[in-house]
This record gives sequence, C-alpha cells and structure tokens, in this order.
Amino acid sequence: MAKSTSNSKSSSSNGMQEPARRDFIVVATYAMGAVGAGAVAWPLIDQMNPAADTLALASTEVDVSKIAMGQAITVTWRGKPVFIRHRTPDEIARANAIDGAELRDPQEDEARVQRPELLVVVGVCTHLGCVPLGQKTGDVKGDYDGWFCPCHGSHYDTSGRIRRGPAPTNLEVPPYSFLSDNVIRIG
Amino acid sequence: MSAAKFSNPVVRWIDHRLPVFSMLDHTANEYPTPKNLNYMWNFGSLAGLSLVIMIVTGIVLAMSYTAHVDYAFESVERIMRDVNHGWLIRYIHMNTASFFFIVVYLHIFRGLYYGSYKAPRELLWILGVVIFLLMMATAFMGYVLPWGQMSFWGATVITNLFSAIPLVGESIVTFLWGGFSVDNPTLNRFFSLHYLMPFLIAGVVVLHIVALHRFGSNNPIGIDTKGKQDTISFHPYYTIKDIVGIALFLLLLAVAVFFFPNAMGHPDNYIPANPMQTPAHIVPEWYFLPFYAILRAVPDKLGGVLLMFGAIAILFILPWLDRSPVRSARFRPVFRIFFWLLFIDAIALGYLGGKPAEGIYVTLSRVATAWYFLHFLVILPMLSVFENTKPLPKSISEPVLATTVAAE
Ligand code: HEM
Ligand code: FES
Repeated sequence: MAKSTSNSKSSSSNGMQEPARRDFIVVATYAMGAVGAGAVAWPLIDQMNPAADTLALASTEVDVSKIAMGQAITVTWRGKPVFIRHRTPDEIARANAIDGAELRDPQEDEARVQRPELLVVVGVCTHLGCVPLGQKTGDVKGDYDGWFCPCHGSHYDTSGRIRRGPAPTNLEVPPYSFLSDNVIRIG
Repeated sequence: MSAAKFSNPVVRWIDHRLPVFSMLDHTANEYPTPKNLNYMWNFGSLAGLSLVIMIVTGIVLAMSYTAHVDYAFESVERIMRDVNHGWLIRYIHMNTASFFFIVVYLHIFRGLYYGSYKAPRELLWILGVVIFLLMMATAFMGYVLPWGQMSFWGATVITNLFSAIPLVGESIVTFLWGGFSVDNPTLNRFFSLHYLMPFLIAGVVVLHIVALHRFGSNNPIGIDTKGKQDTISFHPYYTIKDIVGIALFLLLLAVAVFFFPNAMGHPDNYIPANPMQTPAHIVPEWYFLPFYAILRAVPDKLGGVLLMFGAIAILFILPWLDRSPVRSARFRPVFRIFFWLLFIDAIALGYLGGKPAEGIYVTLSRVATAWYFLHFLVILPMLSVFENTKPLPKSISEPVLATTVAAE
C-alpha cells in the first residue's frame, strides 16, 4: 500500500503529461488483449451451438387423412414429438367457448389452427420440456381435456393452451403447410 | 522447515531442491490442530477419499464407455455383464457418488452447527459452496451418461431450467443442447465435461485446504486456539481418527455396493432413453430432491428457478447473515433449536421433492420452502441481535482442566 502511494506521488511529480500518455497506452493494450482473447474464445464457445447438419434437419411429412376423428398421433420433428389431433366438434366448441384474451398466454383457438378439426402442436411442455400425456386413449388428459403434463402438473386445453400449472406458454404450433388435401409438411 | 530434519540422505537431497517433504511434514507433523475435534470433523477427509474413488473408477469406466446415443446404454450394459469386474467398478462409481453427497451434506451441516463459516473462515466456506456446486454439475452430467429414461428426462428438465431466463433463455438452452432437443451432441459434451469437472473440483479442494491451513480447523467450542496447550499435531492423532472414519465409511460403502447397489438409484434408468415418452413420475437423484422440491413449490417458472438457485446462493452470503460473534451452537441455545428445525426442514424438502407435485405435497413444499428462506434471511440476522448466548470458556483447555480439578 505504502509503496504504491509513494510511486504514484513520484510519477505525478514528474509532470502530469507523462503518466496520462502512459495510462492511455496501458488501457489500450489491455483493451487489445481483451479483444484478442475474446476472438480466440469465441470459436471455442460457439462450437457448442447447433452444427450445420443439425440445423439442416429435414422437415417431416405426414398423411393426416388416416387419423380418425377423436384420435391423435405423434410424429417426430427435429428430434421432438409433434402431436396431431383430429378434434371432435365438441372439442372444437370447447376450445372456442372461452375468451382467448383472458388466458395466461392469450390466444384464440382460430389463431392456432389452419383447419379447425386439425390441431398440430409440438408435444413438449413449455415448462421444463416433458412430453405431456393425452395422446393415447386412456391417458389422463387433465382438467381441460387436452393434455396433462405429469412432471409438475400443467393442464392444457383442447387447443393446447396452458390453463393451469407452472408452464408459462401454450404448446407451440410448429410451422406447417398443406401439400395436398391429405398431407402436411412440418418445418 | 529445514531439510536437516530428515535422516534419509536421499530425502534430504530431494527436499533441498523440491521441498515436497517439508510441505508434507508441515501439514502432517507441524500443523497444530485443536485437540478437542469430534467425529464431525471426519467428513472432510471422507469427502477427499470419495473424490479419489470417483476419479479412479471413472477413468476406468471411461475405457469401456461409448458416448453416443445409439451405444451408450448398451456400452453400460456391457460394462455390467461382459467387462471384467465392470459391474463392481460401475457399482462403486454409482454408490460412491451417493456416499459423496451424504458425506458432503454432513460436512456442510457440521459447519452450520459449529459456525465454521464465520470470520476468519468466510473464504474457506465459500470455496466449499463452490465445490458443492461443481459436484452437483458433475453428478448431474454423470447421471446422463448411461442414457436411460431418467438420464434423458433429467437432462431435459434440468437444461430447460435455463429457458426461464427472460429473452436469452431459449438460445442458452439450444446452446447447451447443441441442437433442438437433448440429443447426441448433448451426450458428447456432457461426457467431456463430466470427465473434466472432477479435476476442477480437485483444484478447488487444494484452495479449500490452503484456506483451512491459514487459521486451522474450527472446533466444537468454536473459540480460537490460544497456544500449544490447546493443540496437538495432526499426525498421528488425527490421521488415526480419520482412518477410523474411513474404515467405517468403506464398510458401509461395501454393504451398499454388494448388497443394495441400486437402492439409491431409480429403476427407470434401466430403460433405454425414449425421447417420445416421459416416464409417469420423474424424479432426480435423491441428493437433488430438496432443491427440486423448492423448484416445484413455486407455481411460476422463473420464480421457481430463481428460488432453487437462490437456495444455494444464500449459502455464499451466510457469513454476513449470521453476525453473532459466537461460533458454536453449544453456546447459542436459541440458535441450536433453529439449527435442528432447519435440519428437519431440509429432510422434509428432500422427502417432498420425491413425491408427486399435487395436493397436500405442494402445500407442504411451500411451507418448507418458506421456512428455509426465513431461517437464513430473517431468523439468523435476528438471532445475531437478540440471542443471549452462554458464557464462553477462556480456552479450549479450560473446561477440561476445570472438570479434572473438580473430579479430584
Ligand atoms: C466428482 C466426481 C464424480 C461424480 C460425482 C460422478 C458421478 C457420476 C454419476 C452419478 C454417474 C451415473 C452412474 C449411473 O447411474 O450409472 C456417473 C457415470 C459415469 N462417470 Fe462419473 N462421477 C465423477 C467422476 C468421474 C470421472 C473423473 C470420470 C472419468 C472419466 C467419470 C466417468 C464416468 C463414466 C464413463 C460414467 C458412465 C458409466 C456409468 O453410468 O456408470 N466420472 N458418474
Ligand atoms: S415439464 Fe411439464 S409441468 Fe414441468
């Protein structure tokens, strides 16, 4: 302590100009060093992000005509399950029975489907990523008759919207398009 | 610390150039240790032994393990069935992981009871919490390696915790996964890090011990040693005491490895990972359950994650929450009651974390979580002000001498 104070005193007694210029050089050197270290570190860090082949993962095509009314199937897209449900008129009616604006993640049912009878959602709970139950006949479907996530108890409705439990958002609707009347392509 | 102390000329020759023998002599023979340490002071050496066992068995396992989603599960089964003594090595690795946590939890509660986190040992305590965090990360990634159902879904749920971070959360999760779900890139990096982290732990352990040797061990009375009459040399007195603990530890470990190797694991991890189906009831390894209970107690995603990490983060600032100048709970009658309540609270959280998140369990988890934070944030600071502590003895020797005088 004592030494450094006496040092700074002696340098200031040498005139104000010298230390100011030197300070600048020191700061500039540190800054260049930091930029250099960052430039070296970046490839080492960024290599952990998805690789080109992972990003190029193919889209998934599904023939939806085989799904009977009231039935649901699970397909794989980007390593994740996608739920496709052929909804009954009752399920559609229930999804439209409430005002979507009042929900935790406000959204109308219409905004989540391209055809009302066909609901396509990513089957990954928006809480911490479990696959909710409700696809198979006999599964627990939760209090809103859609899906129920057993991990921490999230209830989704017949539109895949979060109604109760810790999940913050609705089940995600993946990008998809109709290739023909019967076939959709996800991704 | 002169080399002349060694009678063996070879030792003297080496020590003059590379003072490793002086260092050993300093830590074992010269190092003054309070003479009143009880068996709660055994868990440090046991933790060190556990780390060594984990590293040795782990390196051997890695010789037969394949970090690929298509082969990982089979390679572990091959270790269990075909590799010579593979079952033994894997069961030792698995069970020592659990024992490691038992030992470290007892080590931590020892510190809480005797006030070992107080000045001048704050950094020693903080380094301990760092080791605890690194251990949790290591064990979490190790559990992913066999690629069973619990491996996969544990990895999914825990990595998804980071998605709770506003704005950048999703990008962080993708970054951790190296893809859009837990998959082969994830398994590969977890293996790489699982191999690395125990050595980082070993490095922090060295710092932990350097900090320990600065002021020496705390002791059951919690007052500073006042000179030679209060201390004895570490060797042979505490080396012998540590060996007694080690013998008992190894005996219990052997019972677990040979008779109940899967008692502390989950049967679902013997089902190969299936990314399309979550097991009906997922639970983390038992040593994470208290924190898992806190996570689930909060009905809000970000809130739950923050409280869970907060439960550990609070340990970092503990030396500044408990300002009472008296270290040991022996002289703090009210603190002692609250210490045991916290202990019960932690066990209760562990129990609740293993139960389904519904009904009464959720309510109880909330109460237990609230109590945990209340203890650290309200009760400890208040006790520092209001508690009437008992008078402290003048030295470690004093109570002992007093009783011998009284007995005569
Ligand atoms: C702090 C030290 C360590 C801890 C707490 C730890 C923990 C674990 C755990 C909990 C498992 C899962 C066991 C199971 O359920 O099958 C595991 C697996 C594994 N660990 Fe470690 N480990 C440690 C050090 C190491 C080291 C240094 C290596 C060296 C490469 C290693 C290599 C492995 C391998 C190859 C597996 C997969 C085989 C298996 O599942 O048994 N571990 N570890
Ligand atoms: S992962 Fe679905 S409720 Fe937590």
